[in-house]
Amino acid sequence: MTGASRFTILVVLVNLLLISGCATQKPPLYRWGEYEQLVYEMYSEPGKADPGTQVAKLSEDVGRTQAEGQRVPPGVYAHLGYMHYIQGNQGAAMSAFATEKALFPESAVFVDAILKRLKGKKQ
Amino acid sequence: MMRRNPPIFFALLSVLVFGFTGCATSNPPDYGSYRSHMPRSVLVLPPTNDSIEVNASYVYLSTITRPLAEAGYYVFPVAVVDNYMKENGLPTPNEMNTVPLDKLRKVFGADAVLYIHIEDWGQKYQVISSTTIVKARAKLVDVRTGAVLWEGTAQAAQGSGDGGGGLLGSMIAAVVDQVVHTATDRVHPLSRMANHGMILNTHNGLLLGPYNTDYATDVRGR
Repeated sequence: MTGASRFTILVVLVNLLLISGCATQKPPLYRWGEYEQLVYEMYSEPGKADPGTQVAKLSEDVGRTQAEGQRVPPGVYAHLGYMHYIQGNQGAAMSAFATEKALFPESAVFVDAILKRLKGKKQ
Repeated sequence: MMRRNPPIFFALLSVLVFGFTGCATSNPPDYGSYRSHMPRSVLVLPPTNDSIEVNASYVYLSTITRPLAEAGYYVFPVAVVDNYMKENGLPTPNEMNTVPLDKLRKVFGADAVLYIHIEDWGQKYQVISSTTIVKARAKLVDVRTGAVLWEGTAQAAQGSGDGGGGLLGSMIAAVVDQVVHTATDRVHPLSRMANHGMILNTHNGLLLGPYNTDYATDVRGR
């Protein structure tokens, strides 16, 4: 190993130390999976994230998150419910929105308004 | 030294640049009003957009939920909210951003609203390279009183010439960059970085919210 390459490695290590000094090293609160990537794709490349694809990916995400004993992030169940709704699956949509409300009571006002609409459409 | 060992020179320079920019040293903001109106839930409206990139608002919107939720807040589902507003006669972000607070509170039950304005977005082309830029201002507003709880700037930039390879190398890199990447592909990860830095930095970022496990030990504004 030359002196120059040894020096380069040292500088890289110092850089890493500086970076990690400012960052907070904590495990994430939630397991994120595909949620944000799907939101990105549905607006920027709509064909890539049709409702069927989104339902499949989010359902897989939610299952894995539960199996690993982690927490599903805010909004994921509501987004899944919205995708079920677009597909015409009212029952699954209502169930997903209800789960969002059970996990995060902060969503109650909005979810209740959506559930009321879905019930109206079901009859 | 610079002529014989350019990599060492650049490595040293990177340490210096980081040393100057990595940890901010300006005065922290006053968190008093924020603390006394501590929200549990945040409604993010699709950003208004000053840049010429039409997709900017929604690409940005797709990178805001994670840092906000990791900070400890309930974040309303951004795409569901967007669709709901569109179905209720508000087709664009500009119109959504004019809805009065009491109406937002009644419809969504949100404690606070995060307003975002994109100032600069996308690729700037120079002769042999390009720079990708994201710059946005954000404002967290208490939905009951209208008080501004917090303001921040999300900012990130990246040059295509990073990595060297001499003049010819840069020219080839710049051409390949333009062919392979659309502007959106490049700005998306930058937008993620910019939001993370704005929200989760302990100097002037958001206070930790009720869902964060360190909520009780965040002393800012107490």
